[in-house]
Amino acid sequence: MKFDNSLTPELQELAVSLAEKSREAGLDFFDTVFELVDYKQLNEIAAYGGFPTRYPHWRFGMEYERLAKSYAYGLSVIYEMVINNDPCYAYLLRANNLVSQKTVIAHVYGHCDFFKNNYWFSKTNRKMLDEVANHATIIRRYIEAVGHDEVENFIDCCLSLENLIDIHSPFQMPESEEEPADEEVYRDEGVAKLRSKKYMDSYINPEKFLEHQQKRRKDEKQKKKSFPEEPQRDVLNFLLEHAPLNNWEKRVLGIIREEAYYFAPQGQTKILNEGWATFWHSEMMTRLSPVEASEIVEYCSQYAGIVGGAPGQLNPYKLGVELLRHIKQRWDKGRFGLDYLNCDDPKVKSAWDTQAGKGYEKLFEVRRVHNDITFIDNFLDEEFCHEHKMFIYDYDRRTNRYVISGREFGPIKQQLLRQLTNFGQPIIKVRDGNFKNRGELLLDHEHDGVDLKHEFTLECLKNMHRIWKRPVHIETVVEDVPRRVSFDGSSHNMEKL
Amino acid sequence: MKMESDLNRFRKIIRGKIKKELRRFISSGDLIGRQGKKKISIPLPRIDIPKFQFGSKEQGGVGQGEGDVGDPVGQGEPQPGEGQAGDAEGQHSLEVDVTLQELAEILGEELQLPNIEDKGKKNIEDKEYKYTGILKQGPESLRHFKRTYVEALKRSIAMGVYDPDNPVVIPIKEDKRYRSYKIQHKPVANAVIIYMMDVSGSMGDEQKEIVRLTSFWLDTWLSTQYNGLERRYIIHDATAREVDADTFYRTKESGGTLISSAYKLALKLIEEAFPPSEWNIYLFHFSDGDNWSGNDTADCMKLLDQNLLPFSNMFCYGQVESRYGSGQFLRDLHKHFGESSERVTTTQIKDRDAIIDTLKVFLGKGK
Repeated sequence: MKFDNSLTPELQELAVSLAEKSREAGLDFFDTVFELVDYKQLNEIAAYGGFPTRYPHWRFGMEYERLAKSYAYGLSVIYEMVINNDPCYAYLLRANNLVSQKTVIAHVYGHCDFFKNNYWFSKTNRKMLDEVANHATIIRRYIEAVGHDEVENFIDCCLSLENLIDIHSPFQMPESEEEPADEEVYRDEGVAKLRSKKYMDSYINPEKFLEHQQKRRKDEKQKKKSFPEEPQRDVLNFLLEHAPLNNWEKRVLGIIREEAYYFAPQGQTKILNEGWATFWHSEMMTRLSPVEASEIVEYCSQYAGIVGGAPGQLNPYKLGVELLRHIKQRWDKGRFGLDYLNCDDPKVKSAWDTQAGKGYEKLFEVRRVHNDITFIDNFLDEEFCHEHKMFIYDYDRRTNRYVISGREFGPIKQQLLRQLTNFGQPIIKVRDGNFKNRGELLLDHEHDGVDLKHEFTLECLKNMHRIWKRPVHIETVVEDVPRRVSFDGSSHNMEKL
Repeated sequence: MKMESDLNRFRKIIRGKIKKELRRFISSGDLIGRQGKKKISIPLPRIDIPKFQFGSKEQGGVGQGEGDVGDPVGQGEPQPGEGQAGDAEGQHSLEVDVTLQELAEILGEELQLPNIEDKGKKNIEDKEYKYTGILKQGPESLRHFKRTYVEALKRSIAMGVYDPDNPVVIPIKEDKRYRSYKIQHKPVANAVIIYMMDVSGSMGDEQKEIVRLTSFWLDTWLSTQYNGLERRYIIHDATAREVDADTFYRTKESGGTLISSAYKLALKLIEEAFPPSEWNIYLFHFSDGDNWSGNDTADCMKLLDQNLLPFSNMFCYGQVESRYGSGQFLRDLHKHFGESSERVTTTQIKDRDAIIDTLKVFLGKGK
């Protein structure tokens, strides 16, 4: 049976009135198209990462089966999906009751506002829904032309490298054009001699000196020629430009890269984005358009579900919304600036209230400029940390369990920031595309204390080789020893550096 | 549903994985006890797309909540199953539901098993009534409403009395159409497996486990080959008795062994409940090969020769190696029937790894 996916008149009315109220409160979002879907459709859409028109790939099937199962066993419910697009698309679960729908709609507007106004989303494609459909069409065409297995295998390869992007590159200015290459050739006139009288020349510019100069120049030039000149974070782009791929492969890799960049800001702002949406739906339900007495229990139980979670684990919704509330309180009471920060007296500090009332203003600023890292770095303070009982845990080899290892503010913040760095992905760069002068590829992993998952590294090297077609290497640290792990097309090799 | 094709791609990959891991599943017994009525849930290692990522364990993390330093956070890796230690990392596993039919197909493909040829009892048939035809006469209860009206409409148009503005169509007797049935004769292949096992003192737990694993896969394969599959279990030492499946695998007795007792009981079962003209009969006998006396062995051969073999599709003897068993019975069978007899199928099951070969020998004949 197929239902109409448009909202019921009742929900439509609700959506319009909530949109008005949200806008009055200062939110600013793209028009939002709601669709009402059943849980099967919602699971399907969620499996496709929000885009029902995604290209065909088995992992979506796997994800769907996982979601369907965990829904069937009551382990998880997806309430809503929002897509960063202009207009925004949001999918609501048909089976939800009216209170839930209201909460979810308010939550959705929070996300839409965030998508539109947060700086880190400013470079994303706002017509992604169309773009993704185009990608699907292209990939389908390749599947027909080249064969399903071949294309799918190649997509697997690309996906296995999809996190090797530079999340900052969309914000960099395009590099200035280099000088034309042949100009360099003309200027290569040999070594400049020091000025001297002719009869002194052999003393002032002795043979050895000239040779030395010549060599230095050569080295410099060689250095300039090293390829890439600077280590490149955007490994996918490097492969796209320099790997020996045929046309369809290039296009597929390009598509995977484009989608990876599209999704990157969502990984970068998980805590802030969810916190922001949760903050606004709770504002909506408790202040702007308060729930009726008959709805309050329903709302509370739902809210508890959102900000609750497994004991001991960090819930981004909870952390986000509580940190935002903390900020609001601080700026409402004027707890910022040099005076406050320099104040050493805890008594004075805890009673500090200048009636500044700048809470909302500050929140909108936060949502405009921050991502998770800067958000945590700027606003997670000791007070918050203790109040919310945060701790760090470590893996205990003896008991094969994770145990709480401390509650000090410093390490907690450090650990949290480390987890968020490069949205939780290792930083890997291309160092040399002509390694050993044999066209081999050398990657560099910036090791910051945590090793790479070794089996996966080996697999990824294989996939990298499939694209680069020459031996590939990565320099990393394995069990405290710097090593170079290589794959030459037939076997892996690991050597100490 | 668009998802369908992606789901199918995923299932195909899973199927390949199961096929690859089948040998391990067969000898480890991971799948036993996981089957529901029609489906079986199979644990497979997760098939993530590999990425350069941090090794998860060393990473630690930040949490929120009560607890003192040193308290477990309660999210450690699941302990690997008993006896299967040594897995370097606690693997997240993927539970996949597969129908028994599919599993049997995979088994069949992997072992290249032929489909079973029916014993040739074409006379066992079942009648099935199917309403497929249309007749002009019949009881009103079977009147085909739509057809009747179509006929009436055709007639009224032909007669020129049909008025589109006032579309009243009234069927008369000649318009009426009735459903009619056809009897379809469907051959039914009914099959019974009679498992016999020696539970004398020399058959240890490991030996029984091997029998259990073997019979699980025999069951899986045969149940997809026949519409209805019955199973009977006989245990014997010096005497034989029929038991349920659970007892069959658990009982441990001591004492001597008279194999003929089991064969006699099997014969009695067949004669009472499973007339060979109507049933495909499979006899599987597992023992460590120790029989009490030469006289009894002679009795066994006689029973096999005269009754059991003519009655059954197959008689299979699996000799499970044990420290105490002499393995004499297998030699006796070979002496009597010849080593590669068409009528008696024998194997030696040294250990769990040999189960897969046993299955191949037992089921490879396609009988």
